[in-house]
Formats: sequence, C-alpha cells, structure tokens
Amino acid sequence: MASPETLQKLKERFPEAEISEFRGQHRAVVPAGIVHDVLKFLKEEVGLALIIDITCVDYLYYPNARDRFGVVYIVGHPETAERMIIKTFVNDPAPTLPTVTDLWEGANWLEREVWDMFGIRFEGHPDLRRILLPEDFQDHPLRKDYPLQGRGERHNIPVVTRDLG
Amino acid sequence: MTDLPDNVVITRLDALVNWCRKNSLWPMPFATACCGIELMATGASRHDIARFGAEVFRFSPRQCDLMIVAGRVVMKMMPVLQRIWLQMHEPKWCISMGACASTGGVFDTYAVVQGIDRFIPVDVYVPGCPPRPEQLLQAIIDLQEKIQREGTASGREAFRRRQPPRALVEDPRNPRLVVAGPPLFASSGDEAASDRPAGSETSAT
Repeated sequence: MASPETLQKLKERFPEAEISEFRGQHRAVVPAGIVHDVLKFLKEEVGLALIIDITCVDYLYYPNARDRFGVVYIVGHPETAERMIIKTFVNDPAPTLPTVTDLWEGANWLEREVWDMFGIRFEGHPDLRRILLPEDFQDHPLRKDYPLQGRGERHNIPVVTRDLG
Repeated sequence: MTDLPDNVVITRLDALVNWCRKNSLWPMPFATACCGIELMATGASRHDIARFGAEVFRFSPRQCDLMIVAGRVVMKMMPVLQRIWLQMHEPKWCISMGACASTGGVFDTYAVVQGIDRFIPVDVYVPGCPPRPEQLLQAIIDLQEKIQREGTASGREAFRRRQPPRALVEDPRNPRLVVAGPPLFASSGDEAASDRPAGSETSAT
C-alpha cells in the first residue's frame, strides 16, 4: 500500500491518473502514453525504486471491458516496503508500450515474459526474444483466444523409436 | 553328465546374460516433478532400491541402461529427453513413472506432452500421482521379468526390430548424432517377415 504523500505527489504531477484503492492496495490507471513518465517519476522522485513485477491481463471476453490488454507494473520502496500498482491499457493490433529497461535493468526479463505470453511489444527493449517458450513457437499462449490445449505444438515433435537407437 | 563337477550349473548363455542385466540396472533419473521426490525416496534407505541391484543412479546417459522418466515433460523438454535416450547404450529400457509422464496427467495444456510414449519407447508404465516407492519397485520387478524373458546376449532382438538392416547415418535433426538410416538392402516386406523366427516378439513399442 502506498503512503498518502506518494498518492498526493502522483495526483499533483499526473492529474490524468485514476487512483483507486482495494483492500489496502493502491493502483493508478494511466494512459499508455505517459506510463514511462509515471514510472520514472515514481522511481526518481518518490523513491519507489524497485520493480517488483511486470505482468499483463487479457480482458478479451471480459464483461464491460473497454480495452483488451491491461499491463501491470508493480513498484516498491526498498526501505519502507511501500507498494504501488501502475496499470495501463493497450489494444490490438500490435499492442506496444515503451520499455522501462532504461529505468530498471531487471525489467528486461519481465518484459520478455510479457512478450512471450501475451505478445505485447516493448519499444526500445534491447533483446526482445521469447524467454520461456521455444524460439520457434508461433503464438502467445496466455491470450484468451489461444486454445488451452494449444494448436498442435505439443504433438509436433519427431518420434524416436527403438530402431533409431 | 554324471562327471559334472560340483558347483557347476549348466544354463543358456542368454539366460545368464539376462540374469546379470536384470540385477544390475543402472537408472538414469529423468526427474522433472514431484515423482522425482518419490524416486529419491525409492533410492533412500527405507525403500532401498539396492535390494534389486538398481541403486547406481548415474546422471550420464552413457553409463545407464534404464531411463526413469519421473514427472511431466513439456514439449520444450522432449528433444532433450529424446537426445538423452539416444545417448544411452543398448540394451536399454524405459520406465514411465506417474500419471504425467504416462498420459500428461491433469496438465492437458498446450505445453505438456500427453504421454512420453508418443515420442520415445516405454517398457513399463507406473500409475499414481505420484506413485508410492513400492509401485516403482514393482515396476522394476516387472521390468526384470521382461528382461529375463526377452533379451539375448548378442542383442539379436534389438537387431530384429531393425528390419530390414539399415545404414548408420547422421541424424538429419542433429548432425552430431548417428542414427539408423535407410535400408541397406532392397527387400520386399515378405522377405523381411520370413527372416523372423516364428512367434518372436517384434512389437517392442
């Protein structure tokens, strides 16, 4: 949860951020265009200097959803354990966000995972490759329109029989 | 036969070799999930896989003749598993331990292989999630029976599977592996069938 000072500073600097609270957790929904500025401000001027996670939600088929992908940044304060969730929305086709690897080196793999699983491109990322799935995988499997059992990837492997040995 | 000295037993060479093989299985533990914990328990003192001569777990496939696949295998891991299997020397056997290795288990998802027997040969399946160590020991006992029943000292049965005989070539998928290539001699299917002795087992997975 974020301290009142943090929320106040964020409100003054970025009036377009929609700040809400749920069960003690504070989140700010910001437009995709300023998400990098917001994170830079939080890191450098508020002290939320720790990137805890970058993840994504696919709101396809979600009732009353206006946007498809919600990208979630969780930042923390290394000394006070204060936490804040920054959320932004991107849409098809070619959902793209600016990278935050210039702020946190540790965001490198987190953004690669979001790219791998959801297909969100991060502009300016130094090495945006798949991180978990095989390099020749074609889809982004955590998207809601990807079938749970895949599109045959798990069967598309050469068979080794006894007479090959 | 009356002049046979004491302490001399006559048997078939194949039976003797099989008896040696079945009582000194060296497992390759391919443990990817919770079944691996039961596999370790099987090797530990309470269940003591050494009673069956299979306590020498080796992490190099070159030294093993029994692969125990314990846990789910994802499609990214399958080429690794196949490569390890191909690196093991004949004669070699494979135990598919647990529901995940045998069928994919509850993980009916895009990434998890729905049974390793789709892609590598399996001799014994062990049910359970995870199986008790006793079940794995039973699988080893069953495998020992199979080894005693089927093997030959010269490996004829392994050769027989390979009808017709094939040249050794580089694996097209991996040039560092040498695998069986195209048939050496042109022969019709009938000839290949007549080469087999009547009643021999040719359905090795």
